[in-house]
Amino acid sequence: MTELIKGGSFLISQTEPEQVYTPEDFNDFHKMVSDTVASFIKEKVLPVTDSIEKMEDGVTVGLLRQMGELGFVGSDIPEKFGGAEADKITSLIIAEQVSRGGSFSVAFGAHTGIGTLPILFFGNEEQKKRYLPGLASGQKVAAYALTEAEAGSDAMNAKTRAVLSEDGKHYILNGSKQFITNASWADVIVTYAKVDGQHFTAFIVDRDAPGVSIGAEEHKMGIKGSSTCSVIFEDAKVPVENLLGQLGKGHQVAFNILNIGRYKLGVGCSGAAKYALELASRYAQERIQFNLPLAKFGLIKSKIADMNIRTYVTESICYRTGGLINSLVENLDMDAEDAGQKVAEGIQEYATECSIVKIVGSETLDFVADEAVQIHGGYGYSQEYAVERIYRDSRINRIFEGTNEINRLIIPATLLKKAQKGEIPLIQAALKLQEELLMPTMQEESDELLGKEVQAIENFKKIFLLISGTAAQKYGEKLIKEQEILGRMADMVDEIFSAETAMLRAKKIAAAKGEDAAALAVKMTVCYVNELVPKFEAWAKEVVAAMEEGDTRRTLFSILRKLTRYEQENVFALKREIADAVLKGNKYTVTV
Amino acid sequence: MEIIVCIKQVPDTTEVKIDPVKGTLIREGVPSIVNPFDKNALEAALQIREQKGGKVTVLTMGPPQAVDALRECLAMGADEAVLLSDRAFAGADSWATSYTLAKAIEKVGKPELIFCGKQAIDGDTAQVGPGIAEHLGLPQATYVQKIREVQSEQLLVERAIEGGYEVITVPLPAMIAVEKSINEPRFPTMMGTMKAHKKTIPTWSAADIGAEADKIGLDGSCTQVKRVFAPERKGQGEMLTGETENEVCLLLLEKLQGAKIV
Repeated sequence: MTELIKGGSFLISQTEPEQVYTPEDFNDFHKMVSDTVASFIKEKVLPVTDSIEKMEDGVTVGLLRQMGELGFVGSDIPEKFGGAEADKITSLIIAEQVSRGGSFSVAFGAHTGIGTLPILFFGNEEQKKRYLPGLASGQKVAAYALTEAEAGSDAMNAKTRAVLSEDGKHYILNGSKQFITNASWADVIVTYAKVDGQHFTAFIVDRDAPGVSIGAEEHKMGIKGSSTCSVIFEDAKVPVENLLGQLGKGHQVAFNILNIGRYKLGVGCSGAAKYALELASRYAQERIQFNLPLAKFGLIKSKIADMNIRTYVTESICYRTGGLINSLVENLDMDAEDAGQKVAEGIQEYATECSIVKIVGSETLDFVADEAVQIHGGYGYSQEYAVERIYRDSRINRIFEGTNEINRLIIPATLLKKAQKGEIPLIQAALKLQEELLMPTMQEESDELLGKEVQAIENFKKIFLLISGTAAQKYGEKLIKEQEILGRMADMVDEIFSAETAMLRAKKIAAAKGEDAAALAVKMTVCYVNELVPKFEAWAKEVVAAMEEGDTRRTLFSILRKLTRYEQENVFALKREIADAVLKGNKYTVTV
Repeated sequence: MEIIVCIKQVPDTTEVKIDPVKGTLIREGVPSIVNPFDKNALEAALQIREQKGGKVTVLTMGPPQAVDALRECLAMGADEAVLLSDRAFAGADSWATSYTLAKAIEKVGKPELIFCGKQAIDGDTAQVGPGIAEHLGLPQATYVQKIREVQSEQLLVERAIEGGYEVITVPLPAMIAVEKSINEPRFPTMMGTMKAHKKTIPTWSAADIGAEADKIGLDGSCTQVKRVFAPERKGQGEMLTGETENEVCLLLLEKLQGAKIV
């Protein structure tokens, strides 16, 4: 049994490159699955994009079934329930490749993720036997119904009620759920209701149960080919054996499942960003203006490079988190009856990482899709080109699976809770740092690979500790109300994880394949950190200015200045080289 | 029914770029795939196995990395795979290649059917399949677009010919080279991929198959490539436009008369 890395511990401890899982660690099986799913999307899904977007009957569900028959829908499901029982990296790889399919990937993701996993993790043996084989093969489609009109981010405010029928055989559900993905074609709906108006509980509801009806399709900005409707329960009869998990413990199901939804959403964004980058790279080389392909212009190259860099960062944090979760699962006895619940609870350990991946992934895709449209110019605004759809489809990612604002609040809240419980020694580290900052220090020049960036990232961690320590001292329990400060703390945590992972992956490539192979990853890390340093200083100063005045403020400012000392690099030159590597292969590129 | 499918790992020509200066293919960074026609051959073999039972063995000659192509075939459902890899095989033309494959087929056993794709998308010779049949002294049907009936002693197939197709019977054992239109190759399944990943694929050398040294590789090749070049670009075409079809036709006639073609 290998020792597991604590969630959030990256903030205070040093991680070695070999401890981080990277896409370079994919085995042949992973690569084959990746290639197969990529071909399936290219050959079967993309050619029928128009039919999917118009929601023509049976197209999306038909494709889901085909993928089910091939075994790619049931990747996470144990063999005894008809699944493939592959490792967690495999299901990430599948999600990443499917994401190129736009609306189809939303249906696929909701089905395999939040739709199926509650039953897999929290269902009893009987429920698993009854539902999982159909869900694994794609014969049955699942939906997840949590949101209500007045309970979006505030999910616990649910109004849906459940009461036990007089004969004790059914729960009678009343209420309605909103914005439910897959609603119109779902056979199985995992939902939540308050039993007797108070015990928030999860239920598995069959679509054809009496009293269940589906509302009209929403007319959405993007992901138009996915089904989004309300689900209405009017004296809906749900057999008592369909209560999922424990009575009154619905929040355990809801929140644990969301963690998984979040990190899978992140990897989906990584896949879609790669697709947008490919399209932009191709277009930039085909489109001639002023007698030159767009790709020859510095400003276009700079965009291509930025797209590649941010995708690199996103991909890296997704698989680092995937690696953490995979080790966790490998350390569990998966044959135990409560194995699923252990997995879900284990993933809660990495709630911080899951939220980071969700935020960074969705914001990266928004950035990349936006620049892909920009590179296409007027044509990018036309529905003739796929980037127009990618741009619209991207926007929802910052909203669903918990808005990025909610996730930004979750990150510091989770970390502070972990610190209070003593799970990660955040407070001790903050105190130690205060002593250290009072001592005069000399920063030594390091000649190791990315030495300057390693130092900068170390200092980012110090800044975070300084800021959060000061905030915790000043506000105590009331810090929870200082959302602007919490938001900046979350930004810092996101970027520490991002920059550090980019750096560790570059080093891991260098260690395994040599510095030449790692050259591009090194350049991307340098560019990323280079642009992060002034941002970090500005964020920290904002928070300090909000908390302190006079001498204390000035002292903190001068500490911040010291901690953000970094000799700027010529990023223009680096980005031209990065862009050239992308343009050469017309695709997202890490190693050349 | 014992079936052998011969496949080739080729560069994905849809991804290949041409070096604008030298006029040669840029192989660097181009992904390798299973020759698409060979996937049709494998699909045909798998369908027969599903009907009649038996075993499908996939065979390829190539560098060690060609094992990836074999794994893909195993993931699609082939039972066994063998890689023929030996430095001595390098530089083989279609004659030496078909000799080598024929020797390997003899080592595998006595298949009733040998399937090949009609040609490889890199060399485009369409000679290796027929060559194998010749070396083994077997009947062959090339450009097969449909298998109408599988009987125990023979196969009834449609063979594409110019302007249509002919229906022929082929006595077994035989070599069948297939067209793309014969079927739609299946995708590898997740379980198939898992099995393929765990499977050991033997590598056979020239000695293993008892190939004679002067019949394999460059030495055994009757043809040699002298030069590879991109054909020179001819002059630009010209678009003729006019209000009506008649007008355009007259314009064309004028041009042709002007050039003394008519």
